[in-house]
Amino acid sequence: MKRKAFGLLAALATLAWAQPYRVVDATGREVVVPSTQRIVSLDGITTEILFAVGVGDQVVGRDDSSYYPPEVLQRPSVGYQFRLSAEGILSLRPTLVIGREDVRPPQVVEQLRATGVSVVLVPTEPTVQGAKAKIRVVAQAVGRGTRGEELVRRLERDLLALEAFKAQQAPKGKLRALFLYMRGPQTLFVCGEGATPVGMMILAGLENAAKGIRECRPMTPESVVAARPDVIVTFKKGLDSVGGLSGLLRLPGIAQTPAGQRGKVVAMDDLYLGSFGPRAGKAALDLFRAAYLQEGFVEVAP
Amino acid sequence: MTSATVPHHLQRYRKALFFLALLLPLALLLGLALGAYPLPPLAIPQILLRGEGVEYQVLTVLRLPRVLGAALVGGLLALAGAVLQGLFRNPLVDPGLIGVTSGAALGAAIFIVLLPGAGPLEVYALPLFAFLGGLLATQVLWRIARTPLGTQVLVLLLSGIALNALVGAAIGLLTFLATEEQLRSLTFWTLGGFSAVTWAVLLSGLPLAFLALGLLLPLARSLNALALGEREAFHLGTELETFKRRAVAGAALGVGVAVALAGGVGFIGLVAPHLFRLLAGPDHRYLLPGAALLGATLAVLADLLARTVAAPAEVPVGVVTALLGGPFFLYLVLRYKREVYRA
Repeated sequence: MKRKAFGLLAALATLAWAQPYRVVDATGREVVVPSTQRIVSLDGITTEILFAVGVGDQVVGRDDSSYYPPEVLQRPSVGYQFRLSAEGILSLRPTLVIGREDVRPPQVVEQLRATGVSVVLVPTEPTVQGAKAKIRVVAQAVGRGTRGEELVRRLERDLLALEAFKAQQAPKGKLRALFLYMRGPQTLFVCGEGATPVGMMILAGLENAAKGIRECRPMTPESVVAARPDVIVTFKKGLDSVGGLSGLLRLPGIAQTPAGQRGKVVAMDDLYLGSFGPRAGKAALDLFRAAYLQEGFVEVAP
Repeated sequence: MTSATVPHHLQRYRKALFFLALLLPLALLLGLALGAYPLPPLAIPQILLRGEGVEYQVLTVLRLPRVLGAALVGGLLALAGAVLQGLFRNPLVDPGLIGVTSGAALGAAIFIVLLPGAGPLEVYALPLFAFLGGLLATQVLWRIARTPLGTQVLVLLLSGIALNALVGAAIGLLTFLATEEQLRSLTFWTLGGFSAVTWAVLLSGLPLAFLALGLLLPLARSLNALALGEREAFHLGTELETFKRRAVAGAALGVGVAVALAGGVGFIGLVAPHLFRLLAGPDHRYLLPGAALLGATLAVLADLLARTVAAPAEVPVGVVTALLGGPFFLYLVLRYKREVYRA
């Protein structure tokens, strides 16, 4: 009897640790992951999901965009996710390399696969559906499917809370919001459809003031004035790069907008706003609050 | 010829060539032995004999094609640079002046920005587009420089400058049209680097690279004659038109292959011939092979620096070559200035 129970337990245990894991990644190919002992993550939101499903201690390397949760900063960085080197990644002896489907150069993925390392590519679509797909791919790749589904359910709860909150507050008319992507006062972009932060603004019940552009385009002052934004949304690091709020308001065209006159600027943490992940619902709720319920300059930290 | 009868200055050339011929294999071995992935250099023969495992893969799939690719690219750039400096009789000529580099960049930009959705094809189609763009640009320049009295080298040089400016504007326009994702591909490509050199890309470039070597290396005598001036070279029996065509075609081929393999790796084509002249002298019979060996060595070492200095991340190799080459180029310009104004 005892032996039977023990055998049953052993069988259950082997089931729980059933490796290799199998996952269908963003490119539609089935990847076999023989071991998750040493993971190198090439993308900020992927890293966040890995920690959220409980395999953070197996992450041995990261890219420059992975800074959340803070303890990941102690891991060595393999650099910028669009300028990767296969050997640098391999030097961390990974058993699994996981990153966005658009990592660069594309040869690196082939080179890694040629050396026998499992490479899983995560979808990047900036929608709620995309967020769920991301969570599921990452969770399945490390054999934590159930934890992944928990995260998906939590995200759905956050989204329900967001809808309820939006309905409760029922703002009179939508505010027009403009997302500015800034990397120093000389590098200014306005973003439209397809850009992740804009997807987040739409989820938060804001109207995108930049009409008719895809992705991010260089900003001209007159087009900013013509867009008549009630709110300006930026990344925290982007705002810092132009010298904070006062620097932003000094940029040509900004002061002539309704948002500029009222100083209505929302600066959000880059990963929180800029990557549809497990915290997408919370981020959208925070953005909704900052835009509709608060005055002046709001800084949103996760 | 025994060494006793060899004149003194030739001995210096031979020594330099011999030294460089030893240096290149050393640099190749060093490049193969060192990298971000820690391997004990002494264990490499064992790893290669074992023929399996991650370490074997790192050596054969990643490092070997990369090191050989760097050597090939550096050698081609330096050889093309040496030939063009001789052709234009100007020590400050860079292989980019005959439009190949900027034409290749335009070809790549057109492919990235105007033909999106290539996906996995990008790995092969992008080098091809770059290569064709480079050749096309040089072809246009060649047409411009043709006159009834033969090809005018000065016109070639001046129209090269004009074409580079125009192509720069076109690339600027494409950059403006590009989405952020396309910009990433574009900057990765223009900064240059050997991290994307795989066996497939390297082997597809080899035949053309050898064709370029075959066109350029035999030009040494004519280049020596040309140093006296076009008319003198003609009287010494150089077929000027054939010679110029071969020089420009060979340089365009060589630089085209180099740029297609590694993007815009600057300064090697300019610096390597000068280094050899400082080491030995200006005789093209020795300068052409010497510059090629030196360029190959420099490229392998620059790449080694680029991939180890910030491991596990990687510095763009164009940054390394420009950091080393920029100050050196300035020094050359200053020296040139002093010489000219002393005369």
